[in-house]
Amino acid sequence: MTGPLDGGGHDDGREDVGGVPRIPSPRRAADDYEALPAPETPAEASAEGPAEASAEGRAEGPPPGCPPPEASPPASTPAPPPSSPPALPHKVLQSLLGAWALSACSPEETTAVEDHLTECAPCAEEALRLRDAVGLLHHERDLDLDPLLRSRVLENCLGRRPARIPVPEWAGPYDAETARLDALLRDIGDAEWHAPVRLKWFQGERPVSRRTTVAGVIGHLLAVDGLVATAIGLDDPLSAKTPAERTEAYWKGVDHPPTRAVRGPWRDQTHALIRTVSFAGRGVAELSVSYGDFALPLRDALLDRAFECWVHADDIANAVAYPYEPPSGAHLHGMIDLAARLLPAALADRRRAGLAAPARALVTAGSPGRSLHLEVEGSGGGDWYIALDSPAAVGSPDRKVAQVALDSVEFCQLVAGHIAPEEAAAGQDGDREAIRDVLFAAASLSRL
Amino acid sequence: MAKDTPPRWDRKMQQRLARGEAAALGELYDRFASLVHNTAHRVLDDDSAADQVTREVFGYVWENPDAYDPRREGSMRSWIAKLTRRQAVHRLRQAEAKAYAARGGGSTEELEQKVRRAAVSARADFIVQSMPAPLRAALELAYFQRRDYRQTAADLGVTEDEARRRLRLGLQLLSTANTRPLDGRAL
Repeated sequence: MTGPLDGGGHDDGREDVGGVPRIPSPRRAADDYEALPAPETPAEASAEGPAEASAEGRAEGPPPGCPPPEASPPASTPAPPPSSPPALPHKVLQSLLGAWALSACSPEETTAVEDHLTECAPCAEEALRLRDAVGLLHHERDLDLDPLLRSRVLENCLGRRPARIPVPEWAGPYDAETARLDALLRDIGDAEWHAPVRLKWFQGERPVSRRTTVAGVIGHLLAVDGLVATAIGLDDPLSAKTPAERTEAYWKGVDHPPTRAVRGPWRDQTHALIRTVSFAGRGVAELSVSYGDFALPLRDALLDRAFECWVHADDIANAVAYPYEPPSGAHLHGMIDLAARLLPAALADRRRAGLAAPARALVTAGSPGRSLHLEVEGSGGGDWYIALDSPAAVGSPDRKVAQVALDSVEFCQLVAGHIAPEEAAAGQDGDREAIRDVLFAAASLSRL
Repeated sequence: MAKDTPPRWDRKMQQRLARGEAAALGELYDRFASLVHNTAHRVLDDDSAADQVTREVFGYVWENPDAYDPRREGSMRSWIAKLTRRQAVHRLRQAEAKAYAARGGGSTEELEQKVRRAAVSARADFIVQSMPAPLRAALELAYFQRRDYRQTAADLGVTEDEARRRLRLGLQLLSTANTRPLDGRAL
């Protein structure tokens, strides 16, 4: 967006109103720099920013030979004699200079100022300067930063000077995804924080959903990230144990409705998490993070949180009609790998609940069992072999009984509960029961 | 948003960078990347050149956190803005000189004028972003919304005197963009 005068600049003649003559604009086009004064002697190179610009003091001492502002060209229609302007004192006329330079005075005041400029050198000098300053106004065009620029810039930095306290590699996806979401949040307006968002996941055999707002989603992320914060000894105001309970507790406890004010606490917590795991060093990666009814090692918990962050960032982006890309290939691969590793246990849970077919052939722990070949295509993809009969068995190509092929983002949407198992999988081959069970188990990994 | 006040945040950030904390570098990027990229883009009017300057500025700050002296430079924000303008102006001069040489024409004055114009625009943007919010709001109404100063006063709920004062002071601050020396030394 550009300002109304960019590129034009001289079109500001106000139309005659009540017989007042057209007044030529004191504004100039943004690119009209002919009258730039020669640079003053460097005041002090370090003086930076407006804080030190003692603006009031600059009106004094007009440079010799400072030209008066351009004389008004004659108006196209013969102007009636100006109604004699009220005689304004110097102080008032001086105070009007800013408004005059912006064409924000009444016609009478404009005339009075311009008359004054012909006889008062200090005001004439200031008027010229302020008018030039108007040409510098420019609508800030906040360009969307390329989200991939962050990792390139940080990599370049770390190549020039290696970090003494690096961010562990396994915290990389969480670092990147929280930064991407934060950049999206920075760009959305106050009203968009209240845009409705429907959170979707799978429970048993069916999809469920919960209505909230953009700010409510950030509250959800804040509340569930708190599980990881607790595990590494950071403050956690919520006492509830499962992600769903924590989210409900947060939503109940917060002023209604949540606003963009939730961004600060959320971002502070993400920064604190990354910083703390960086200082904690290697041993902390295997620390157990409890989700109430299950637990993950810290490295996987942060990967899970990175996944959730992306999924919900995408929910938010959809709600406010912003484009949002999937994570980088390497990070996406890690997220898919985590889901693939969780699938055998999810299958076992469903089997116990009577939702999946009974085990066919149990093998001794650690040996290859009946497997499904999960072929994930596209960025971050790869091949995984999911043990079907027991989490203790090892998935193996030799004991493959079925194969499904899906796109990487589609697989993630399945795991997030955003698409139905029946609709997933472009290619299927082999044991239909095994395929169905694995796809439903993948959807069952989703939760609030 | 952040709970730390700027001077405190700046000091802590400088210490963390000096300590070689990669997490601090990420936070620095998150806070200043759009300032750096927008400033570089304003000077160079080119996306990949702005990316390049962004890389260079963060690389410099990461390698030289001790070069920041709060007493001389003010806030870290204004220090980084200044580094960015310097580096962007340096790149612009290089690129323009190359283009002039390739075309075989153009005077040094023309080149210098173009470089100067770009530098002044970038400085002006920074001044507008950093000026007190009441002044920026008044300029916003009068310039972009085309409100006269009486309407501006009414919109802002201040006296007409105060509206005039804000418009004048805002422009006075902005006009200092024109009076700074040009500094295009490479980082």
